[in-house]
Amino acid sequence: MNRLVTTVLSVSALALNTAAFANESVLKNSADPKQWVIQAGNYDNNRYSKLDQINSGNVAKMVPSWSFSTGVLRGHEGSPLVVGDVMYVHTPFPNIVYALDLNNDGKILWKYEPKQDPNVVPVMCCDTVNRGLAYADGKIFLHQADTTVVALNAQTGKVEWSVANGDPKKGETNTATVLPVKDKLIVGISGGEFGVQCHVTAYDIKSGKKIWRAYSVGPDDQILFDPEKTTALGKPVGADSSLKTWQGDQWKTGGGCTWGWYSYDPDLNLVYYGSGNPSTWNPKQRPGDNKWSMTLFARDPDTGMAKWAYQMTPHDEWDYDGVNEVPLVNQKIDGKDRKLLVHFDRNGFGYTLDRVSGELLVAEKYDPTVNWATKVDMDRNSPTFGRPMVNAKFSTEQNGEDVNSKGICPAALGSKDQQPAAFSPKTGLFYVPTNHVCMDYEPFRVSYTPGQPYVGATLAMYPAPGGTHMGNFIAWDATKGKIVWTDQEQFSVWSGALATAGDIVFYGTLEGYLKAVDAKTGKLLYKYKTPSGIIGNVMTYQHKGKQYVAVLSGVGGWAGIGLAAGLTDPNAGLGAVGGYAALSNYTSLGGVLTVFALPD
Amino acid sequence: MAVAVLAALTLAAPARAESDKVAADKAVSSQDGKFFDANGEPTYKIGPDGKVDWYTYSGFQRYSAECLRCHGPDGMGSSYAPALANSLKTLSYGDFLSTVANGRKNLEGGQEKVMPTLGLDKNVMCFIDDIYIYLKARSDDALGRGRPPGKEPKSKAWEEGVNACMGPPS
Repeated sequence: MNRLVTTVLSVSALALNTAAFANESVLKNSADPKQWVIQAGNYDNNRYSKLDQINSGNVAKMVPSWSFSTGVLRGHEGSPLVVGDVMYVHTPFPNIVYALDLNNDGKILWKYEPKQDPNVVPVMCCDTVNRGLAYADGKIFLHQADTTVVALNAQTGKVEWSVANGDPKKGETNTATVLPVKDKLIVGISGGEFGVQCHVTAYDIKSGKKIWRAYSVGPDDQILFDPEKTTALGKPVGADSSLKTWQGDQWKTGGGCTWGWYSYDPDLNLVYYGSGNPSTWNPKQRPGDNKWSMTLFARDPDTGMAKWAYQMTPHDEWDYDGVNEVPLVNQKIDGKDRKLLVHFDRNGFGYTLDRVSGELLVAEKYDPTVNWATKVDMDRNSPTFGRPMVNAKFSTEQNGEDVNSKGICPAALGSKDQQPAAFSPKTGLFYVPTNHVCMDYEPFRVSYTPGQPYVGATLAMYPAPGGTHMGNFIAWDATKGKIVWTDQEQFSVWSGALATAGDIVFYGTLEGYLKAVDAKTGKLLYKYKTPSGIIGNVMTYQHKGKQYVAVLSGVGGWAGIGLAAGLTDPNAGLGAVGGYAALSNYTSLGGVLTVFALPD
Repeated sequence: MAVAVLAALTLAAPARAESDKVAADKAVSSQDGKFFDANGEPTYKIGPDGKVDWYTYSGFQRYSAECLRCHGPDGMGSSYAPALANSLKTLSYGDFLSTVANGRKNLEGGQEKVMPTLGLDKNVMCFIDDIYIYLKARSDDALGRGRPPGKEPKSKAWEEGVNACMGPPS
């Protein structure tokens, strides 16, 4: 254990030495546990804080300290930031930003409310969420629903620059946060249900000028792949690696959206992220592997060029977007120190890769009910190395159009969606919010109209067999691919976790509880019911010598759609429907920030 | 006593109206597997074994693909969009068509509720009667939640209509 801590610390120290090459402001401020300057806490996306004033011994005494209503009722994802003595709080559409004075009981220092065309609202899949702000170089960065990226002066809230990253009329919208890297801002886009050809773009952090754009699907010069130098599972990808896996021009409406999280390794100078589903949800309509949808990428932030790529779910048949977070850790595998990335995919597999080379090391199910694939082929000499072994019974491609494939686990929302996991270097474990939900999936033919939904499948979701609970909060050993402990939850856990040096892990539940559990055992140490269901991420900061824990509540998002009226069991026969808990019996709408602390 | 009588009356009134609605939605004629009520508006036909007409089934499919993302599974609503299984208890066929085609906005009260203009979306408009028929069955409680337990086969007329509207299969 001690050796592990030492390793992590020495890597952090190395990272500090290269500060001039990374974004100095992000590196310096995220190394200070009193602040929380980007959504994931720091570049490695560990969601870990060194603060330990609140710990496993005293968290039971924690109380709400103050709260703040955002004035918006839709789903609240992401978390606030704390920079110095100021807290920055964002909202879903209309994407208001508040700067709150922590020295003056949260008095509003400034408020920014963009004017956006309300017609963007129905173009957003699954509610109008926004996963938050980022801070660097004296600026607060916001990526609005209508894809306008704005840099706000952190002192005054004045717009320093603004740029349109996409066009909502074509179905291009945004829900994600952004990541400041060096002198650039890394920005993704949504629209996979609208047939958008999605991309990642780097803008100049000072002016908003576009530097490069890398699509997920398309010709090599659009996806920024070098046929010789870009590798997949250790081999060069070759020319037209994406085009060859699509029929005709279908890549032009191919999806592969980039609405998840971004991590960055300053030593390797690589940015990591995943791409989403290929459009449409009807696999019959788009033959081929549909590269590079459902893919983990490592890209050079200076040029956008891909160093390596790994497609997790070739030719998606279930909407298992690959956008979930990509936390970076240094752990031992087979006794050797490795630079790793870990990724809990929607498809139910927890992947561990060497982040330098993209070598696949571990791929195991992090929910035992996952059944669409028996395993990922780990035999290096096999022609199907790295591919999931699809179970024919659950293949919506093999069963075909207008056939209802039943009992597929996980459901389209995945064993886990975007809600990010946390990692504690003290325990060496990941803490993962998960969904325990399965589905029936029936694909059918759709036609493409720009700016209109392009879905093509009928889904029914229900709790996984053998229980009525729809979520688990688990601890995971990524070096072995094993679950260490599991806490059952009645509903999917849709909140991002936070691990701290106080040996506790925080997360929120859809009923609205903020919970603290023991990092070693998962034992519940504290819970408090906030005003609404929690789909936001827990963060922590210190002000005037006191540690605080903060979370946004405000139910919505996919959870607010699928679970509002409760799930039904289509296989239970007539008369037995409606047997599962309806979220609307537990909580109602309302965006509120609740801040917790120990009593004085 | 007077209060109790009044309460009983107010309870009885909507119940009667609802059963009147179910009666009015009853299929009295059909053409090529599509059913119509006494007003000549499209409606559902559900057998004693729960087997539904093809339009109701097709409506379930299309609703689940095109509408569910906001209005929730089975027309039950979401945290931000109304339960259509409830709305269609009062919404007329004509108002349904115009709301879908033209959209609707309600930007008051901290919620930006926007129904898109779907008049040009073939995946919706080529199946608009199907979706209406399905939701009508849901609003009358003639059809439960989830996938209908059985269905009549699709008619040639339906298939030809869809092909003409969507363009031929690729």
